[in-house]
Amino acid sequence: MALASEAPKEGFRLSMLIYDTRFRSITIQVVVLILFLLMVGWLLDNTIQNLAAKGKDINFGFLWVRAGYDIEQQLIPYTNDSTHGRAVIIGLLNTLLVAFIGCVLATVIGIFVGVLRLSHNWLISRLMTVYVEAFRNVPLLLWIILVFVVTSETQPAPNDFKVTQAMVDSWQTEDTSDDIYPAAQKMLFGTVALTNRGSYVATPMLDRPLGGTQIGSVPINYSVLATLAVIIGSVLANRALLRRAKAIQEDTGDRPTTWWQSLLILFAPTILLLVAMGFHLQLPAFAADENGVSKGFNFQGGILVQHSFTALTLALALYTGAFIAEIVRAGIMAISRGQSEAAFALGLRPGRTMNLIILPQALRVIIPPLISQYLNLTKNTSLGIAVSYLDLRGTLGGITLNQTGRELECMLLMMLIYLTISLLISALMNVYNNAVKLKER
Amino acid sequence: MNKSALLGALAASTLIAGFASAGTLDDVKARGELICGSNTGLTGFGMPDANGTWVGFDVALCRAVAAAVLGDPTKVKFVPTTGETRFTALASGEVDVLVRNSTWTYSRDVDLKLDFVAVNYYDGQGFMVKKDLGVSSAKELDGATVCIQTGTTTELNLADFFKFNNISYTPVTVQDDSEAQRQYLAGACDTYTTDASGLAAARATMADPENHIILPEIISKEPLGPVVRHGDSQWGDVVRWTFYSLLIAEEKGITKANIEEVAASSTDPEVRRLLGLEGDMGKMLGLDNGAFKAAIMAGGNYGEIFEANIGSATPIGLARGLNALWTQGGLQYAPPFR
Repeated sequence: MALASEAPKEGFRLSMLIYDTRFRSITIQVVVLILFLLMVGWLLDNTIQNLAAKGKDINFGFLWVRAGYDIEQQLIPYTNDSTHGRAVIIGLLNTLLVAFIGCVLATVIGIFVGVLRLSHNWLISRLMTVYVEAFRNVPLLLWIILVFVVTSETQPAPNDFKVTQAMVDSWQTEDTSDDIYPAAQKMLFGTVALTNRGSYVATPMLDRPLGGTQIGSVPINYSVLATLAVIIGSVLANRALLRRAKAIQEDTGDRPTTWWQSLLILFAPTILLLVAMGFHLQLPAFAADENGVSKGFNFQGGILVQHSFTALTLALALYTGAFIAEIVRAGIMAISRGQSEAAFALGLRPGRTMNLIILPQALRVIIPPLISQYLNLTKNTSLGIAVSYLDLRGTLGGITLNQTGRELECMLLMMLIYLTISLLISALMNVYNNAVKLKER
Repeated sequence: MNKSALLGALAASTLIAGFASAGTLDDVKARGELICGSNTGLTGFGMPDANGTWVGFDVALCRAVAAAVLGDPTKVKFVPTTGETRFTALASGEVDVLVRNSTWTYSRDVDLKLDFVAVNYYDGQGFMVKKDLGVSSAKELDGATVCIQTGTTTELNLADFFKFNNISYTPVTVQDDSEAQRQYLAGACDTYTTDASGLAAARATMADPENHIILPEIISKEPLGPVVRHGDSQWGDVVRWTFYSLLIAEEKGITKANIEEVAASSTDPEVRRLLGLEGDMGKMLGLDNGAFKAAIMAGGNYGEIFEANIGSATPIGLARGLNALWTQGGLQYAPPFR
């Protein structure tokens, strides 16, 4: 059966590693790998040598030492007696807060602007073009500083809200024409006070809270958990109701009226729970003496939303929103005109065409670049340093680094944390992408 | 085998490189220029004037060191550093010496591997408020918003002070002095806290200094001084003795104006040693014998530098106080020059 003579068997020679195409690529890869490892080894060795020469070691023990500094915005309790480790967590939570709110806002802005930019209305589409080009083409840092300066320098000082003795005296007299009032007033029925130090908003308070517990020094609030559970339950119940309505519509052709049932299911249980727990708002106000004359430097009660937070979140959302708008526009334009023409032929109005036909298909094109925008936004939160926002960069990479002098450890830890956040966001978005992408069979 | 030999060679070469950069004095001489870490801009202590020339109390010490080492007080490159970047800049070798209102503390000395070679200004942390706030003591600042420079000892003192007095505050962290002043003047904080000398300097640059007061409480000790890297004792000695030569000059009445006259006529052996007329004092340190004379000629003695930059005749108007010579009830005291 030997149709062809077998190829002569040659012994392996060393020169074949270079001249034989079967081995050459492997040889090159092995050489490059060795060089790469050597370089990494040299970098590590160099670092260790230089640290040793300076008498420094690599030690993360500082994370358990008392921090000694204060942070103005804290989502979980923290005082200057807490450890550097806890300060790092405070910073991380501040970073995540900006990143989360920023991503949500940027997505909303991006979708609206992206759709409107394709509008046939000349004025609207041009305005959106101006917005996109202005934000895309100016460095983010400048926007952050601009928003910060505008928010902090245009608002009145807390002092302007104070009631002085002279004002109280002027109200005592019969003559109302000479009454004097504070230079600035709170807004929205006294729930919001905009000052040059930040915005004070009313704090939600409960008379009869459900209590809470602590898991590893992280407080767990049962009232919040119960409220969240009720809201999720309401939403699920509402979906069941809508599903039933749809089933009836498909059976009989008539859709039962559901809007008031929906409203009832969505809001009544939550409101009942809040009333049962004694929900009320604590308004921001100055402490006052018996005559009503204001005392103190700042508003008491109420939550202080720092301008650095507002500026950073807003600037990040507007900036990233401009990029997302372009991604959305590209996604919509990638859907062939035939789709919308077919929808119009079926009698769907433009709004429904966009929601039911175009956007679901465009999502497949939009999601992958959107992931990278979310990652950008999250990493760009570190620019908060420009407006003294104490995020991860501000605590771990700023004050902790400085007070402990552990530059290498802090930087490595910070890079590791940012890497982890980015990979997590990426993984979550990939799961979502797999859910919406075209299923090929 | 080959790989380990290569790694060994690499390790050896990095070690040699490490030793080669150990002698800051030789580096400065070879470079022909002193690199001095300075403030990003603090009136009276270190900031560029209208012509872009750096002037100030801390700057004068850098110039004296340059004069002692290189014979020319203008051969200095000033690298502005913030409270956050200064020690990294020094440790990494970006600057040769840091003269920038830096407080000598235990952990900086021991843990950061730095050497504070002298104290050129004895300071303490204070608070500045607007007069119309109606506050006369720092203990009345309960609930106030406080502007504070990040990366400083003042940040930690502030937390301690409010905690000790059982009152609360809201911190606003800022990067440097000018940003702190902007925020304070814009009303973003009720009070600005830093070293009392820094407050006086900041107030001097404001449009309406009479409307701002510095509260009487001094809540900490802030010995400010020049800093060098740990482990280079020779360079540390150069900076230390350059500073002390300025103090001795004041003690002995040697000024920029009369130095030549004193050199020609003085019979005091310590003065003659200081001015390089007797003994080999400069050579012992690897400098010229006339090094300290050059240092004094650069900007005058300690008292002259103080009066010219931050003294009572300047807008900053600081009294000598603790910084008077020991002979006049102050703390400035130089060891004998022999």
